[in-house]
Amino acid sequence: MSATVAPSPAPAASMPGSDKMIEVVGVSRRFAKRLDFAGKILAKLGAPIREEVVHAVDKVDLTIRRGEVVGLVGESGCGKSTLGRMVAGILPPSDGSILWKGKDRTGLHGKEARAATLQAQMIFQDPMSSLNPRMKVADIIGEAPLFHGLTTRAGLPAYLDEQMRRAGLDPTFKSRYPHQFSGGQRQRIGIARALAVQPEFLVCDESVAALDVSIQAQILNLFMKLRRELNLTYLFISHDLGVVEHLSDRVVIMYLGRVVEEAPTETVFARANHPYTQSLLAAVPRIEARKKAFAVVRGEIPSPLNPPSGCHFHPRCPHAFDRCRVEIPALKEVAPGHRSRCHLNDLPNHGGQPV
Amino acid sequence: MSATTAGSTAPAKAPKVETPLRRFILDFAESKLALGALIVFLAIVLVAVFAPWIAPQNPYDLAQLDIMDGRLEPGSVSDGTGMTYWLGTDDQGRDMLSGIMYGLRISLVVGAGSAIVAAFVGASLGMLAAYAGGRTDTVIMRLVDLQLSFPTILSALMILAFLGKGIMNVVIALIVVEWAYYARTVRGTALVERRREYIEAAQCLALPTRRIIFRHLLPNCMPPLIVVATIQIARAIALEATLSFLGLGVPITEPSLGLLIANGYEYMLSGKYWISFYPGIALLITIVSINLVGDHLRDVLNPRLKK
Repeated sequence: MSATVAPSPAPAASMPGSDKMIEVVGVSRRFAKRLDFAGKILAKLGAPIREEVVHAVDKVDLTIRRGEVVGLVGESGCGKSTLGRMVAGILPPSDGSILWKGKDRTGLHGKEARAATLQAQMIFQDPMSSLNPRMKVADIIGEAPLFHGLTTRAGLPAYLDEQMRRAGLDPTFKSRYPHQFSGGQRQRIGIARALAVQPEFLVCDESVAALDVSIQAQILNLFMKLRRELNLTYLFISHDLGVVEHLSDRVVIMYLGRVVEEAPTETVFARANHPYTQSLLAAVPRIEARKKAFAVVRGEIPSPLNPPSGCHFHPRCPHAFDRCRVEIPALKEVAPGHRSRCHLNDLPNHGGQPV
Repeated sequence: MSATTAGSTAPAKAPKVETPLRRFILDFAESKLALGALIVFLAIVLVAVFAPWIAPQNPYDLAQLDIMDGRLEPGSVSDGTGMTYWLGTDDQGRDMLSGIMYGLRISLVVGAGSAIVAAFVGASLGMLAAYAGGRTDTVIMRLVDLQLSFPTILSALMILAFLGKGIMNVVIALIVVEWAYYARTVRGTALVERRREYIEAAQCLALPTRRIIFRHLLPNCMPPLIVVATIQIARAIALEATLSFLGLGVPITEPSLGLLIANGYEYMLSGKYWISFYPGIALLITIVSINLVGDHLRDVLNPRLKK
């Protein structure tokens, strides 16, 4: 294969919405702290210990279409990184299935499975720990393309130059080690590493959270440039609504392992339906709201070991009523393309807009 | 794209790339004591390697020995051959200096050999335990616990009582009692390293598990392994000397330092101190120099102790 990368522009690029890149169907992920031998005996004898199970992700459905940028937002510990890792194929789901271009990932074997893994790449949060400190940049970026036959040993230097330039790195830095770079440059190395295997889909897990604000903007612009050039699809995970607003076509809000709201970006910022989304938006610092006191979401995020009954958000929700404590609300469509998980939408005099 | 002329990588390369190895050497050279210890240790290794060429006498060649020269004081001159015994002779009339040089060979080969094989076995099992987890991890680590719960010398004595004397058997016994230290160290490091995101990135790049373990995980687990290996070499040498002193180690025809000490033990109180004393000094210098190097290696390779 030649060193030039020319990903064929997707036929459906002009008409997003018809071509599903990835489909997450009823996916859950549990992390269990199993009891060891001594623990089992103690539990038999009546000690108050039991297996602790965290529902990091709880029956999530999510569809990402080709060419789309989906923002995934939530507080720390809400399961957004776990969901991202499952989508990227690093972590197997406990339940449910993930369809890659219409085919169940767990059913893929051999070449097909490898291709599916390679086409979904991940950009990590910590630019230092995501690069192997004992490898040179050339090896970090070049190892996988060489191994998978995307380039030859003879063509590697030219291939590397191209990948590095595309990520905004000087190709003469090839023989350096990660510790010799700044945070922004390291993140560019991570991006170059992911792009070197010619993916179609990138999962960015808090990819700019560890960077300075000025560097954040550079990296975000790089993501947008790459999206145009390579027709990439993104799942952009962030706790920063400002970043997500700037980047995404669609926003998905998660709270304690569940999706609570899902809508096009403008809709979320103009007409947020779920009380959690509303309180998140109220906490975003804005220049025009300089003198306003920020409305912080009350209370702490509850422990996922022992989540609240009914709607997970009810202990912190200003509008909570009896039904919220008992019944888990369903994710219902409140407007075309806008889904929300809130009982308030069922109230007759409400009109889908809680006050 | 950037303004650089496409295709041509700049020929004017950066003057000197600061590789991790270079940094490591500079850091190590900072301590004069450790550098001195390293030089002493290298000198000992050279003496051991070149013993047949630089030793005044071959202590195993009976033709060169003169029984009349037995138990001569340091500095005496042989009546028969006219050579000077700088460190005296033992009861067979063997030159102690030559005996020590040859003894070092055996001590170092047994110590380093067993440490390297034990490191290989232990590191592989530790890595496997960390990467596989679950039942594999439990089985391997309980074996390690079992091994470490016996006093080292006791399990070595039991193995040798079972296998009998001989250099190979001593090496086997040392491997069996030492692998557990490596396994535990490597498992601990590997558990930390495998949670790092570069391992996830490698999985995402669809690299095979074997390659991830050996190309990504293992190199990052090396620093603690090197430190443990250095200190375990010293321990192995000391343990071999102990076993030989107790009469269960190497055979009398291939005396290590421990056996030389044992040979002179009975003359200790009759004023002929040198037969035990000088091999003991040689053993002491060897072990102390290795330990000093190992200690400083630990300081240099531990990022938490970095200034």
